Amino acid sequence: MMLNPNIPSGPIEQAWDKARFDMKLVSPANKRRHSLIVVGSGLAGASASASLGELGYNLKCFCFQDSPRRAHSIAAQGGINAAKNYPNDGDSVYRLFYDTLKGGDFRAREANVYRLAQISVNIIDQCVAQGVPFAREYGGSLANRSFGGAQVSRTFYARGQTGQQLLLGAYQALERQVHAGTVTMIPRTEMLDLIVIDGQARGIVARNLVDGALSVHIADAVILASGGYGNVYYLSTNARGSNATAIWRAYKRGALFANPCFTQIHPTCIPVSGDYQSKLTLMSESLRNDGRIWVPKMKGDRRSPNQIPEDERDYYLERRYPSFGNLVPRDVASRNAKQVCDEDRGVGKSGLGVYLDFSDAISRFGENIIRDRYGNLFEMYQRITDEDPYKGPMRIYPAIHYTMGGLWVDYQLQSTIPGLFVLGEANFSDHGANRLGASALMQGLADGYFIIPYTVGNYLATNRFARVDESQQEIQNTVNTVRESINKLLSIRGERTVDSFHRALGKIVWESCGMTRTARALDTAVGDIRALREEFWQNVTVTGSSDDLNQNLEKAGRVADFFELAELMCIDARERNESCGGHFREESQTAEGEALRDDEHYSYVAAWGYRGTGEPPELTKEPLEFHNLHPSQRSYK
Amino acid sequence: MKFTLKIWRQRSHNEKGAFVSYPLENVSPEMSMLECLDVLNETLIVRGEEPVAFDHDCREGICGSCGFLINGVAHGPERATTVCQLTMRHFRSGEELIIEPWRAKAFPLIKDLIVDRRSFDRIIEAGGYISVSTGQAPDGNAVLVGKDLADQAMDAAVCIGCGACVAACPNGSAALFTGAKIAHLGILPQGKSERDGRAVQMVGQMNAELFGDCTNIGECTGVCPKGISLEVIAMMNRDYLHASWRRREALEATIPPALERNTHRN
Repeated sequence: MMLNPNIPSGPIEQAWDKARFDMKLVSPANKRRHSLIVVGSGLAGASASASLGELGYNLKCFCFQDSPRRAHSIAAQGGINAAKNYPNDGDSVYRLFYDTLKGGDFRAREANVYRLAQISVNIIDQCVAQGVPFAREYGGSLANRSFGGAQVSRTFYARGQTGQQLLLGAYQALERQVHAGTVTMIPRTEMLDLIVIDGQARGIVARNLVDGALSVHIADAVILASGGYGNVYYLSTNARGSNATAIWRAYKRGALFANPCFTQIHPTCIPVSGDYQSKLTLMSESLRNDGRIWVPKMKGDRRSPNQIPEDERDYYLERRYPSFGNLVPRDVASRNAKQVCDEDRGVGKSGLGVYLDFSDAISRFGENIIRDRYGNLFEMYQRITDEDPYKGPMRIYPAIHYTMGGLWVDYQLQSTIPGLFVLGEANFSDHGANRLGASALMQGLADGYFIIPYTVGNYLATNRFARVDESQQEIQNTVNTVRESINKLLSIRGERTVDSFHRALGKIVWESCGMTRTARALDTAVGDIRALREEFWQNVTVTGSSDDLNQNLEKAGRVADFFELAELMCIDARERNESCGGHFREESQTAEGEALRDDEHYSYVAAWGYRGTGEPPELTKEPLEFHNLHPSQRSYK
Repeated sequence: MKFTLKIWRQRSHNEKGAFVSYPLENVSPEMSMLECLDVLNETLIVRGEEPVAFDHDCREGICGSCGFLINGVAHGPERATTVCQLTMRHFRSGEELIIEPWRAKAFPLIKDLIVDRRSFDRIIEAGGYISVSTGQAPDGNAVLVGKDLADQAMDAAVCIGCGACVAACPNGSAALFTGAKIAHLGILPQGKSERDGRAVQMVGQMNAELFGDCTNIGECTGVCPKGISLEVIAMMNRDYLHASWRRREALEATIPPALERNTHRN
């Protein structure tokens, strides 16, 4: 199979203009004749639904939560990047492009990333006009702060709740279209399969989570904006409901899955406290602007932090990376935390933690300024740990936070199935092997507000859509597949709960395909995952019935998909024998223990195709070409 | 620690519900209230019983999915804390905790602790937005917004739409929720031009959804996990009063269109 990324020819600065000019348009009168489906209502899904509704398309938007406003984008804290250069500190579209591509360790497409940087400035304008209450300077202009992986201040924020405010902006724009009658919002409904007819994506099979009814929804194109798959690891910063089912079922219908092993581990989360724990809580990376990270110099030092004198503390990031210090990218910060903990210099009861200390910042700026910047994060920390971060340092530890991998898409955000588009975290497109802070919100909104409204129009204008009937054989077969798999889960009646399987799966993946990876551990993991999956299908217990609100059944279906995805992640990680971004292969490191990329052999996107459960997937490589930036070894020293 | 959880169980909207008591032992003080329910559900599933259904998602107090009454208080005893972040150290070991869903006419019960809060979405749908389509925006700094105004707007905008205010109100009023959105958008210069229409439409929808009237009792702000102030209700009333004079024809002429689509109620 050949993969064509459809990148416009010519200079990168003009690529998006050229692509838009080359696109065919749907006339205003014809737009309402086209039906579209959007799965997911986070930043990408809500902004896409709102924008396409405004254009006049006839659209259905699905979410599994009770309201589109619950989507997990809401939990993003720190901010959103844009190359506005308001602080006059040397930023530009080109610099944001450079930082994002370099931060992603040169494993993303130049043209996509450049377009993202270009569009970033429009996003801020749009959100301000919607009433997003961004932080302001006293004079009334927009405030900025700096973030990991960048030396300019280009991050816009609304306290520590930027994701919430951006999502509510998109949600309100979506509700405006519901009011206008262009968008039908279908909450508490989960996509369980993709309908493909004559090679085109033509709809979905969905389950109503209240009464269990399966329904068929036909459309001219399907847009997936269903988020990432961090919950494979069981413990992650994702919401409990976040899942891979929509993209995984699309994969099984023929969409290629790109770079599944590229997952991001966030350095600043609250450490795990016990077995019952259901999720990990992130503390915004913006904390690293004013907090200093340290551990004791001495091994096994169990003194309380206030008893450890200054000269016995190791500010290891400042020591090893003098120019970026505490603001090194996430993967570097996480790996270093793991390393000092492996050296038995970790802090807290479990020894899996490092200090994030604000005492210098508080004495320099005063408690009020720090409260203004991070007040809600400090409160959250105190609420969970019962410790006051104004008085002593926080304890933090890395946790799974974001997945850069996802369904393969071309420059038009179209997957390998014609008519199936994928946006936001669900696709693989812009962050390469590591995402910079404050770039997820930017990408979700760029895809939804400013890219998909053009590219889906081009698809609709250049294709023909045969009439589709629900009773058609292909559709009935798809519905039957879904029904059989639900019945199967309910009929096993084994002895082990879904959560217990999920926890066991998460442990395997975290240990073998987490912060560091080796060929040997990955090989073992693939075997372990298969064995556990077999046990799952023989011994899982799912109570209740299929025609009722059954949260246990919902979870079982999602975990069944995580099993298959986890295996693919390990296969991908095994195949990529280099270290890049969040993917650190112990076999590939420099003498100083830094990640060693191998451009000669691995400068490509690994796109995997489904060939049956248990069958080895088929690898197709999309070579990455760099015409504007020369891939350099990342250095934050 | 150990507790007795007395939980409201109801299979569906049309069936009768009842409290069922479940003993729970070996609870760690760091556990959250929802993690206690997780542990309980695991034991129920192993016994072949149906787990307790409850809404939850982010588990960090921001998505607004979770919420129920604990001993009669929405989100439990800790101020400014949702049940997903409420740790058990705030209770005494051996206590009986009575757990029941939001009870309000405008939130029909679906199952156990889950209620239908789509009425909130319909209030936003009626006018809780600024009408700017994608692509129409001027430069972000074209309109300056003083820091004090931006902060005030943000104080109202932090609402997570959980419904605790309605559940706590003896009248079942949604005034705090509706007021928060009207205040957030009305304070900002970007939202000024639609201020009158927004107040009329949103308040009209709120009344049509069978929420009760606000009588300034203040239970809502007491349980609000984001500490939204009663001030937003005053702002809503002021906007509504102004608008009902300036837009009196509109007020007499139409019912908000979203009303007719409200067909879910039994």
